[in-house]
Amino acid sequence: MMTAAIVAILITMILALVRAFLGPTEYDRMLAANSFGTKTVLLIALCGHALSWHSYLDVALLYAMINFVGTIAVMRFFENRKDDGKVETGEGR
Amino acid sequence: MSLLIDGLSAIFLLAGGFLCITGGVGLLRMPDFFSRVHAAGVTETLAAPLLLFGLLLQMEWSLDMLKVLMILIFVLATNPTATHAMAKATLTGGQKPLVADDAETRGEDASNS
Amino acid sequence: MLIAIVAIRMRDLFGVVILFGVYSLLTAVLFMDLDAVDVAFTEAAVGAGVTTVLLLSSLRLTRRWEAPPKHNPLLSLLVVGVTGAALVYATLDAPLLGDPNAPVHKHVTPHYIQRAAEEIGMPNMVTAVLASYRGYDTFGETLVVFTAGLAVLLLLGIPELPKSRPHSSAIDDQVVLKVVVKLLIPLILLYALYVQFHGDFGAGGGFQAGVIFATGFILYEMVFGANNAHAVMPPAWLPRLAALGVLIYGGVGLVSMMAGKPFLDYSALSGDPVHGQHLGVLLVELGVGITVFSIVLLIFYALSGRKRQP
Repeated sequence: MMTAAIVAILITMILALVRAFLGPTEYDRMLAANSFGTKTVLLIALCGHALSWHSYLDVALLYAMINFVGTIAVMRFFENRKDDGKVETGEGR
Repeated sequence: MSLLIDGLSAIFLLAGGFLCITGGVGLLRMPDFFSRVHAAGVTETLAAPLLLFGLLLQMEWSLDMLKVLMILIFVLATNPTATHAMAKATLTGGQKPLVADDAETRGEDASNS
Repeated sequence: MLIAIVAIRMRDLFGVVILFGVYSLLTAVLFMDLDAVDVAFTEAAVGAGVTTVLLLSSLRLTRRWEAPPKHNPLLSLLVVGVTGAALVYATLDAPLLGDPNAPVHKHVTPHYIQRAAEEIGMPNMVTAVLASYRGYDTFGETLVVFTAGLAVLLLLGIPELPKSRPHSSAIDDQVVLKVVVKLLIPLILLYALYVQFHGDFGAGGGFQAGVIFATGFILYEMVFGANNAHAVMPPAWLPRLAALGVLIYGGVGLVSMMAGKPFLDYSALSGDPVHGQHLGVLLVELGVGITVFSIVLLIFYALSGRKRQP
């Protein structure tokens, strides 16, 4: 049963990667990367238990945080690029 | 008793896995960014707790169970927030959602065929 | 590897940054599979997290699309191919991964593995080797991080922020995001402290903890704006904190010397040698954590404060 769930997560990761390669706009790529990250957290948690890795839950929790911060960073990147021609000083970030 | 726990865990894992794949397929097949964000966000936010509950039921009593609970709470808190923030940022960035009124020609084609 | 090839061929630098984050992530999973948890931890925290954020901050300052190359790459491809083939040929002679008869497993490694528990008293062998047996190398690493931060400070500097903020950005009306992030940042910082002090027993240590701590502050700056972030952690403090971390590390070594033992011999720090080892490892990991935190945050402040050149 665990194996079935792990295979399902792997399939979803591949689908998200395909969207990351395809996605016409950058927002699609951002969404796909966020999905990939969430699935990785689940993959580490399930695989770690099945394969008896050490301290796998610490890594999973860490990656959940990092994924969130990365998604916010990408959003900020876009928001600043959009103000390109309009204002030359912003709040600096 | 352990058969009950194993069965419950299997149900949770299967349901979580099915929802994951549904989200992935939705990510690929939906026509527009906003529908994709909806598909991915909803299914992921439900699939993660289901899978983690399935994992929790299979573990022995230890500190690790508390860590799995923490991961669960964290994902449950941040995944919808990230989805909402992405959708809002995209809307502010200028993307418009694909609405049925825009696809009038599509409606005519459907009624013609 | 497919991701690496696509990342090299892509011209869109933003896509390259995202792909590097994904690549880093897969490498972290691979490290977990090889049972190298501390390395996976650091790879996930640094490669997928901080590096992506820093690369995006610097990408903001330059063009997004890579200019096509001006020269014919055939000669460089030939050189790289020949060198790569020579290296692969050299590795054919190397022992298999994990072979117990390999020379690297015969020299000091059995000593570390067998004696770490009784000499240092720490379940996590990686921290024992990193902070105690090879403490001098780790001191060098900390100094390297410190020097990198100095270089960034000299080249870029931390710009003064304008006092007024004339336009409100899209992230200002993200109320949900602000509320949730306000609740999450204390948890992230708490997790960083857990990783710092739990490094003796599980995966963790100073480097990872410093990076996670900096990530909390970076998240704060991204969501609440640079003015608030500079009010919370003034940039003038960061070089001082970095120096403090290095001084703590070196100071522990000097105290050992003053007690008559060699530099960085922690058994001199207390009556009972094992207790001295614990104390020494605690202090040096603290020094490493402080330095890494302040340097990562310094680099982020330096990159994010610059206005885009029009």
